[in-house]
Amino acid sequence: MVKVAEEWLNICGGCEVTVLDIGEPLLDLLPSLEFVHIPVLMDHKYFGQTGEDDPNVIQIPEADVGIISGGVRNEKEKHVAEAMRKNCKTLIALGSCACYGGIPALANMYTLDDLYKKVYRESVTTEASDTPKDNLPPLLDRVYAVDEVVNVDLYIPGCPTNPVLVVEALTALLEGKPFTLPERSVCDDCPVKREKKAEVAIKRPLQDAEFTPGQYDTMRCFNEQGIICLGPVTKSGCGKSVTEGEQLVPRCVKGYMPCRGCFGPIRKGANPLVDMMSAMSSIGLDAKQVDDRRALLNRYIGGQKRLRPLPARPGR
Amino acid sequence: MAKTLTIAPVSRIEGHAKVTIQLDDAGNVSDSFVNVVELRGFEKFCIGRPVEELPRIVTSICGVCPWSHHLASAKANDAVYGVEPPSAGKKLRDLSNSIAYTEEHILHFYFLAGADFVMGPSAAYAVRNVIGIAGAHPDIAKKVVRNRHLGARMLEIISGKSIHPVTGVPGGYSKPLTEDERQKVLPMAEEVLEFAKFTIKFAKENIFPKYLDTVKTLGVINTGFLGTVAEDGSLNCYDGKLQMMKPDGSFEDFTYDQYTDFIGEMVQPWSYLKFPYAKKWGEGFDMNLEAPKGIYRTNTLARINVADKMATPLAQEEFTEFRNQFGRPAQLTLLYHWARLIELLYHAEHMVDLLNDSEITSTETRSAVTPRAARGVGCVEAPRGTLIHDYETDEKGMVKNVNLIVGTTHNNAPINMSVKQAATTLIKNGAYDEGILNQVEMSIRAYDPCLSCATHNLDGTIPVKVDILDHKGQLLKTYKN
Repeated sequence: MVKVAEEWLNICGGCEVTVLDIGEPLLDLLPSLEFVHIPVLMDHKYFGQTGEDDPNVIQIPEADVGIISGGVRNEKEKHVAEAMRKNCKTLIALGSCACYGGIPALANMYTLDDLYKKVYRESVTTEASDTPKDNLPPLLDRVYAVDEVVNVDLYIPGCPTNPVLVVEALTALLEGKPFTLPERSVCDDCPVKREKKAEVAIKRPLQDAEFTPGQYDTMRCFNEQGIICLGPVTKSGCGKSVTEGEQLVPRCVKGYMPCRGCFGPIRKGANPLVDMMSAMSSIGLDAKQVDDRRALLNRYIGGQKRLRPLPARPGR
Repeated sequence: MAKTLTIAPVSRIEGHAKVTIQLDDAGNVSDSFVNVVELRGFEKFCIGRPVEELPRIVTSICGVCPWSHHLASAKANDAVYGVEPPSAGKKLRDLSNSIAYTEEHILHFYFLAGADFVMGPSAAYAVRNVIGIAGAHPDIAKKVVRNRHLGARMLEIISGKSIHPVTGVPGGYSKPLTEDERQKVLPMAEEVLEFAKFTIKFAKENIFPKYLDTVKTLGVINTGFLGTVAEDGSLNCYDGKLQMMKPDGSFEDFTYDQYTDFIGEMVQPWSYLKFPYAKKWGEGFDMNLEAPKGIYRTNTLARINVADKMATPLAQEEFTEFRNQFGRPAQLTLLYHWARLIELLYHAEHMVDLLNDSEITSTETRSAVTPRAARGVGCVEAPRGTLIHDYETDEKGMVKNVNLIVGTTHNNAPINMSVKQAATTLIKNGAYDEGILNQVEMSIRAYDPCLSCATHNLDGTIPVKVDILDHKGQLLKTYKN
């Protein structure tokens, strides 16, 4: 029996729902797992069950495996991450928010003052007011990936992640085997046709790509159709299906839409922004034509200092 | 002596909150707060992005109702680009929305709230959860896990990605449904419909009668309601007109772009989370339990209250029975659960109907669009309430301004009021235990709050301001955090 603690920090809950998307095999896994703390499903409390213990000490029971989803945005989340690390032998960062900051780390392009101003003084339905500050917990200066705060043993990226990968990781842990994801790109899993040359200039996805409904292997690569797709610089793994016998198709491509990079960089230390610019050049696309390049190419990975406020440019 | 109880984290809800209850020397509640602790900032960082990218960014506001944000954003895009999606594109959006609803309502009823009723509000915390239900009722647990997952499987087949979807685009839906896929999905939808029928029957036989006394007392407040109805007055969660109902049952309809006339948002110095109120009523904003002002609720109970009827036969039968028993508008907070199951049945019937609609496999699902400077408001009914996305673009179609009001935020004031009502009635003369504190949490769970959604804008410790009144309703003291 393996003891498991789960926490969610700066989250949307999608990775927790992904765990349920394991489906019926989840019921087979459950007898090997003992959940000791998981706020989304269970009422174990931080400060005792009637809330009378020391409010400064977050109680997380000891566990063999700790799972954290979400990045770290405020002091409380930092303390929870520290308590999880202290009490869990192996710590898993689940999903791209925990691994890289995720979509919320797009906020790292702005200062906290920018955020406050927009929300409390520049919103059409809101009566302009001072920023609330009475007894409110401090936010950190930016969104942090979990490994910027505590050591992480195992990463399962994705926005959300894929249920198959969760099963693979948990099974490896139960069997005492290592778990890592291969250094492959989304393109390595993608069935579309590639001719290594773009046929048109860059265009925004404002109309359908060319495809025949129900088919993927007859469709031309999005980038070669001039529609920017982050497949070349994004880790593979999204397309695995819990249903056997399904064709392996990256999940956004399955919806006839281009990849936006939610599984993060292919390998640690890679710079997808730079790598994507060269991938575009190699098929004859002018990367300078891409609107809003910095936010597009860092959409899920703005933690770890990849996105930060730019100094105001003179004359703007 | 006086002391403070901290229920943290509030569990089996989506997102983060804690409840702080202060007891006076006699052990009665002198004060309570719901603190929501989380930050996002979507309204700021959506600015500067190409507007057609927003349906793929705002989904991460919530992983439990990503389809709601996705579709509201796609509809706001339609309005910004001035385009009407082809009929099949709209039907595929509507179908996706209904499938997502079945998945979420099953999730909430069985995984989050159900344990309070199936295992009992005072059962040990180690079994007062879905894992406890799985141990006590393994056959039901198997059905639950399977049927919730069928929703995800259907969405995967129809759209490629069930969580944080991508197929809702300006002008329609990017992926037509093939006949093969339709045939694969239809039996799954039929199975979920059978499960929906089972669920409401099970609840009406085994749960609601047993807890009727709790339903009549726990977290009860008196408010208005906001929801969406089709032109013919039937409940519609994808498209229609907005309806705001006063506590006395009188109501006004309005279009999406008129929302700024009807809804205002108050900022309290002690809360990061804003408090929407019915600006149109002209009575201001007050969370006083005896004489609330400007307070309305959203989510299942609100939608059932504003609807004249249901568009599908089985849901209509349930709706009639509910209305006959509880009247219009029904105010009892725990009836949110009952209303949720009526909706589950409606969406299950609706998705089967749509899958049998010959137009659903049309390949005409999307119209092309051209950037322009414009403002567009898109709304859907998210499971937790009316969801409003309001975008403004420049001539290149880059976002200049964004305003979002989400389902749970509408319920900010009502949740605070229900918690205050529950805490002050349940905790007397210092007598409390884990079961009583869990009942305080149950008054929150009824609203199925999604605090990930609600805190899309800013982080915060927020919420309940408590006014202590004497027996004549005179204000003695105001507490706030």
